[in-house]
Amino acid sequence: MSTAGNGCRQAFMRALLEEAMRDPSIFVVTSDARGSASLDDFAAALPGQFVEVGIAEQDAVGIGAGLAHSGKRVFVAGPASFYSARAVEQVKNDAAYADLDVKIVGVSGGVSYGALGATHHALHDLALYRSIPNMAVIVPSDAAQAGMAARDLAKRRGPAYIRMGRSPVPDSYAPGEARFEFGKANLLADGKDCAIIACGETLHYAMGAVHALGERGIRCSLLDVPTIKPLDEAAILGAARRCGAVVTVEESYAFGGLGGAVAELLSQRTPTPMRILGFPDSYLPAGSSEELFAHCGLDSAGIERKVLEFLRGLGRA
Amino acid sequence: MLAAQSLELRKDILSLIKRANGGHTGGCLSSIDILVGLYFHALRIDPAMPRDPGRDRFVMSKGHSAEGLYCVLAKAGFFPALVLEQYGRFDSTLYGHPTMNVPGVEMPTGALGHGLAVGVGMALAAKRDGASYRTFVLMGDGEQAEGSVWEAAMAGSHYGLDNLVGIVDYNGLQISGKVDDVMRLSPLGDRWAAFGWKVVQIDGNDMGQVIGALDSVPAKAGSPTLILARTIKGKGVSFIENQVAWHHKVPTDEQYAQAMRELDTAIASAREARV
Repeated sequence: MSTAGNGCRQAFMRALLEEAMRDPSIFVVTSDARGSASLDDFAAALPGQFVEVGIAEQDAVGIGAGLAHSGKRVFVAGPASFYSARAVEQVKNDAAYADLDVKIVGVSGGVSYGALGATHHALHDLALYRSIPNMAVIVPSDAAQAGMAARDLAKRRGPAYIRMGRSPVPDSYAPGEARFEFGKANLLADGKDCAIIACGETLHYAMGAVHALGERGIRCSLLDVPTIKPLDEAAILGAARRCGAVVTVEESYAFGGLGGAVAELLSQRTPTPMRILGFPDSYLPAGSSEELFAHCGLDSAGIERKVLEFLRGLGRA
Repeated sequence: MLAAQSLELRKDILSLIKRANGGHTGGCLSSIDILVGLYFHALRIDPAMPRDPGRDRFVMSKGHSAEGLYCVLAKAGFFPALVLEQYGRFDSTLYGHPTMNVPGVEMPTGALGHGLAVGVGMALAAKRDGASYRTFVLMGDGEQAEGSVWEAAMAGSHYGLDNLVGIVDYNGLQISGKVDDVMRLSPLGDRWAAFGWKVVQIDGNDMGQVIGALDSVPAKAGSPTLILARTIKGKGVSFIENQVAWHHKVPTDEQYAQAMRELDTAIASAREARV
């Protein structure tokens, strides 16, 4: 694992700008979030394809839908906390129900804004967006994958939610080896003792745990799931059948997100002992993103500890 | 003969609501003259090409008046009148609020406060593309309490969208009472003007005024136009007019027969007066 840090949001917007230079129908709408959504370059380079609406997220999605209705491929970008709460009725009705080409780019998702408190956290967003029919849900795990997701979505019709964090994240993929195929999971390790299924920034913490567990002689599978909806059912069922034990890891509440999606699948198709690692059903103490990950046992050491407890409970470690 | 057309459509609306045993009677009757002015006079549309990129756009933000819109779309030729008979039936293409599966419907509406922002997006796309189509959005007056309306109002004037026309069906009543008792709107015209819109106040049940206002847009170059259409909820049927209870009441057999008689009399007068 590389330890270099690169920003997902910057990589996403760089790639989107390149696509938009080739495709004048690509529009970006934002709500006073040029900086946080890394849109300064886009706004400067393509002012005719850029729309600022002020601090008005409902308006941003509604206007985005109107633009999409008129043939634009629209990316509405701003903090995930606001686009997964305030603007959701517009997302449901004007983008998803209307089946328009509106992508919601939620930046600074999860606990990116750690110390700013729960008003600025987006830990419910994956559950919420999963629950909207016709909505894809994408959570890139590193900068290279975020760029690939942008290129894919720039050409893909229909609504989607893309969630990224604020801070640079370590590259989970070696240079040139990042993969993003819409609706597909990436198998990064194929041990048989436990399948660890992760998405987003938590992937690199999960990688650390897989490495540490390996040193203890516990061989894990590791599945990166950048598309939470539609879920790569075959890959997840395969990993569950191969390992007989599944742990999901995500920067989300431990209900309704990636873990919820995997549990819904496995419980009905291949019941498998499972643990869901995520944030608890509560508002969190003040702290940086890293401190909150550690506090909630979502850093590498915490994941390692919880996987060990889980496997011991199953009599496998 | 647009006034007579409106009266005929009032009969269609009441028949639809009676047959389906449900619908938003009062608001359909208050706004039907505006819809007739739009679909049979102002909108540059071709029912044979409902997705023509150059067409004028119309967004029915007050989606609960779907019955009126469906009757108008059928009359305009977007779909056969026979389709109206499916309204209220299981698996009908005609829901209680408009959807894009219905030919001629631009957006699914019904949750209030959505249409104007979508209209801003449509009008902004036209400006950016140098296209000449215009966008019209019909809102309810109760809907004006939604904050999202005013977000869109700001954006419409900020971007100088003189190809955008908002229309408020200002009948003064909403489901639980008088609009100004539920949440005061007045001075509504001043409020729109303060948001940078050129406000045109009309009697929205007077076809001459409706046509005049629609013909005059943009009322001011560089600004969006807001047509504040004073209307009477339930207009055209004596016992439905101005009654809060008729927001979504269905006529009994006797009431239905009386309404038809009243409208037939009015149609005969309108034909005689050639309006």
